[in-house]
Amino acid sequence: MTTNTHGLRDWLLSDEPTSRRQASLSAWYKGWLTFRSNTLAMLGLGVLVVLILAAIFAPLLASHDPFAQDLGARLLAPGVDGHLFGTDSLGRDIYSRILYGARISIYIVLLVAMVAPLVGLIVGTVAGYAGGWVDVLLMRITDIFLAFPRLILALAFVAALGAGIENAVLAISLTAWPPYARIARAETLTMRNSDFIHAIRLQGAGHTRIVTRHIWPLCISSLVIRVTLDMAGIILTAAGLGFLGLGAQPPSPEWGAMISEGRKYILDYWWVATIPGLAIFAISLAFNLLGDGLRDVLDPKEGTS
Amino acid sequence: MKLRYALASAAVAALLAGPGLVPVSAETPPNMLVIANRIDDIKTFDPAESFEFAGADVSRNVYEKLVNFDPLDLDAGYQPQLAASWEISDDGKTITFTMAEGHVFSTGNPVTAKDAEFSLRRAVLLNKTPSFILTQFGFTPENVEQTIVAPDESTLVLTLDKPYAISFVLNCLTATIGGIVDMQAAMENEVDGDMGNAWLRTNTVGSGPYKVVDWKPSESVLMDLNPNYGGEAPAMERVIVQHIQESATQRLQLERGDIDVARNLSPEDVAGLEGVDGVKVVDELRGRLMYWAANQKNEMLADPKVVEALKWSTDYAGMSDSFLKGQYTVHQAFLPRTFLGALEDTPFGFDIDKAKATLAESGYPECGPIKISVRDAQERLDIGQSLQNTWGQIGCEVELIVGTGAQTLDRYRAREHDIYLGAWGPDYPDPNTNAGTFAFNPDNSDEAGATGLLAWRNAWGIPEMSEKTLAAVVENDTEARKEMYLALQAEHQQVSPFGVMFQQIEQNGMRSNVENFVAGGATTAVSYWVITK
Amino acid sequence: MADSYASDEGRQLPSLPPWLRKTLATLATVAATILGLLFVTFMIGRVMPIDPVLAVIGERATQAQYDETFRELGLDKPLLVQFGIYVNDVIHGDFGTSIRTGQQVSSDIARVFPATLELATLGTLIGVILGVPLGVVAAVRRGSWIDQIARFVGLIGYSMPIFWLGLVGLLVFYGMLGWVAGPGRVGIFYQGVVEPITGMLLVDSALRGEWAVFRDAFSHIILPASLLGYYSLAYISRMTRSFMLEQLGAEYVTTARVKGLSEWNVIWGHAFRNIRIQLITVIALAYANLLEGSVLTEIIFAWPGIGQYITTSLLANDMNSVLGGTIVIGTIFVGINIFSDLLYRFFDPRAK
Repeated sequence: MTTNTHGLRDWLLSDEPTSRRQASLSAWYKGWLTFRSNTLAMLGLGVLVVLILAAIFAPLLASHDPFAQDLGARLLAPGVDGHLFGTDSLGRDIYSRILYGARISIYIVLLVAMVAPLVGLIVGTVAGYAGGWVDVLLMRITDIFLAFPRLILALAFVAALGAGIENAVLAISLTAWPPYARIARAETLTMRNSDFIHAIRLQGAGHTRIVTRHIWPLCISSLVIRVTLDMAGIILTAAGLGFLGLGAQPPSPEWGAMISEGRKYILDYWWVATIPGLAIFAISLAFNLLGDGLRDVLDPKEGTS
Repeated sequence: MKLRYALASAAVAALLAGPGLVPVSAETPPNMLVIANRIDDIKTFDPAESFEFAGADVSRNVYEKLVNFDPLDLDAGYQPQLAASWEISDDGKTITFTMAEGHVFSTGNPVTAKDAEFSLRRAVLLNKTPSFILTQFGFTPENVEQTIVAPDESTLVLTLDKPYAISFVLNCLTATIGGIVDMQAAMENEVDGDMGNAWLRTNTVGSGPYKVVDWKPSESVLMDLNPNYGGEAPAMERVIVQHIQESATQRLQLERGDIDVARNLSPEDVAGLEGVDGVKVVDELRGRLMYWAANQKNEMLADPKVVEALKWSTDYAGMSDSFLKGQYTVHQAFLPRTFLGALEDTPFGFDIDKAKATLAESGYPECGPIKISVRDAQERLDIGQSLQNTWGQIGCEVELIVGTGAQTLDRYRAREHDIYLGAWGPDYPDPNTNAGTFAFNPDNSDEAGATGLLAWRNAWGIPEMSEKTLAAVVENDTEARKEMYLALQAEHQQVSPFGVMFQQIEQNGMRSNVENFVAGGATTAVSYWVITK
Repeated sequence: MADSYASDEGRQLPSLPPWLRKTLATLATVAATILGLLFVTFMIGRVMPIDPVLAVIGERATQAQYDETFRELGLDKPLLVQFGIYVNDVIHGDFGTSIRTGQQVSSDIARVFPATLELATLGTLIGVILGVPLGVVAAVRRGSWIDQIARFVGLIGYSMPIFWLGLVGLLVFYGMLGWVAGPGRVGIFYQGVVEPITGMLLVDSALRGEWAVFRDAFSHIILPASLLGYYSLAYISRMTRSFMLEQLGAEYVTTARVKGLSEWNVIWGHAFRNIRIQLITVIALAYANLLEGSVLTEIIFAWPGIGQYITTSLLANDMNSVLGGTIVIGTIFVGINIFSDLLYRFFDPRAK
């Protein structure tokens, strides 16, 4: 068994890869080693894994039904009557709500992280590849969206579409794509006239094929870094929408909405608003640490050690 | 308390510590009243147009009316103010007011019957939202020159289309729209025939104790004494109302002595103020009702048994003892307590078994999906979630549709809701203000478009009950009128698709030296001129 | 971010001198961007299921009153006509009336914008004064504990929900410790004491010599400004660090060191000099972000600024106010982009 792992390790770290597959796996593995040596990034990853597990196993871990009200047991302090984090203004168990709320946060982040970069990627690569008036038009539209205050634009969209998680996701994605479009366009511009693209074109590949098969894969790594660094921002924006009452709707245990409900009680019952606040803080910090570490691995020129 | 300090030290460590700044002075000047309130609803000060709570608070202190309430004796009902006395003709249709002496506008002009004629005619002619309070007596833009007339400087004659109960008419004149403005000042500032409307939105020219000197929308209103005020000089020479959204903030400001009065304290913050030195809380029953209403266009909700089951599965006491504690009292009739003829019985309690049994008798024993339209205010969201919970216990699948005030209202007026959860405040201090909307809907057709009537909004056609409501406004025997309203409410309570739940109690926190703060009871608005400290 | 604004269309106007051509092209681009911005905002407002008429007339109005207001607001006209009318009015300096406050949008904005400007300026100052040195030191002592702390402080700044931090800050520093004043711009009884000049209370009270008001206003602004400052500190220090690292790795730094220049001189005299332009761009962006992104802070601190103004107007579908606010903020954003573009043009040898 040990020899086997050693063998694998050696194979992965080989200086003379024998196949493309080995070379790429080797690059990934070396990246992972760099990443692993970054304590803070590992901490971030650890926190995220814990949160994701908590979200998945929420029904098993929860001590109460997150929606069950008990007006007789409202605003109990943490630890009282088996409520780990206390209860809220309607007597619901905050610990269980936080667990279920993690599902909502992760759901929002995943959806936005899929939608926004994709839109940005399409707009940016098309603009960069096509050039000319298409480029001017698409970039002008990008500028228009960039010139909007982000939260206000998201607010406007949610107000137009109606409050709710899906619409919040859509609104956040609509405000989040322009930076990705710019990155993708910049990358495309550097590649458009490169020799290998010319070579592919000479082989008779169509534009769609060049963009989707050859340009997109090369844009991915810079987009991934950017997305990971943006995750925290996405969570904070979603929480901000929830705080303003435009995100997930009651009785859903969305963390931002929980802070909003709890702020009324902050003077005497600090935990009602503080615990979801800490939860948001923990998940965004974890994403930031992770993003920071990823950047060190994938984009060494800005790295630390 | 200990937890608060534990939190404090943790947060201090986490935050950038600010430099130790000069502590802020902790007392307001003795001749100045400083109030924290939510005033972002103020759009205008023009009495012909103003129709918001915070606007009424300003208006009452700025404009005098023909008849008005004495803040220190609200129970006495309307009293002479700009009118010294009045007489009713034998047919009951003509009221002749004799104007009082010694009232002067803040501009220095004396108040005359001509100003009163101008102000009332103007309110009818401008035809803004609150104008129905006057036009219900038969005044129209076409006939005001004959029906509202000042034959001389000290006499005003109103001619009504029916012999209404005199109390009904005079009560209506105490509403904001009855405020008398300075005709000369208003007409000097007229633009495009608007009778000074644009100018009066931001400027006040009344004969009341105060005048507005500065208004920053959604920020603050600053009032100084009217130098020409005819009455006894108020102790408070300047009144500042600042818009503070958060209850917790208002409480902190009150505890620290930065403000004299906090008007939007949550039950928790009121409880938190208990035992704090130098602070007291004064309770006052207000006229606002919290209710839900079932749209009769929804087949299931048109089944009276279903609505009755919902009434039995509402946790009235549970809510009023928890998140509404101290701020809403259980009340189940459409007239708020202290109104003439208010019914104080509360026949419905929280009884799941009874609710289930009632539902079983209905055409929908399994209940079904119900959407509750509710606006995004915390108190209403809490009530909505409680209804969602308890109605769920009898098998109804409840979804909350949360929106801004305008969104929810829009659906309500378009009769597109299932259940609307909302509040209703009286427009003028007469029982007809609520009877005329909860129990009046002579034409239930969509074409009628009677969007102002709650019964119409819920598609509840009640030709017979509407007759009874109409009969009550022309009954001049007060005792008989009271009995009519009691009977009307008792019937309404049982058969209507309205689940009236609570009546508001306003809990105002104030520094303990503040005396005579009267928010206006169920009938009127706040009166700053009697306050001392 | 500093994508060039002028280059794309420059070649379309051949007969004019180059500088004029560039300026005209830039102006055209700005106008197009702002017009686009307005159009998007306008359309959002029109599809929004919030009825602006109800905001004007309130709950009790009759259908006839409703219809009349509907016409008065011009809502009966086709969308594009409405938009055309609006743009035409704006060109003539008329931003319309707010249906929520009943006042001219221009006077509303003249009132709320200085409040935001004041808050954002102080916040950025705090962010720069603390963030730049922190970033420089972190880069110089790369990998040291101070670098780690700087990094961590920055990451915490990026991760904290500002509305929660604001609530806690208010509770601690105002409620318990009493070090600072509460929400709002100035103590209630100082309201209206100072006749506005710039609209920024700190400036106005200093100009008028009202030092009591100045002190009071300062103790109101310091907490929200510190919070915002913390957020821009996180961004500024991080960028400063990465710019400095790039410079410190360059050859001329090694040369300078070999020549025996003092470390101080190498860092501040050479490396830091070379990142000035990049840094100004970053600071300008941070500033723009605070100007437009402080909605939640403004709400928590009852700060009557433009973020709060736009948000509340939006929720009442008071489109004149929203559009007016959008013009202001969009112009700032575009302006700052052009500004950093110009900086690059003038100072960066590579851009020439």
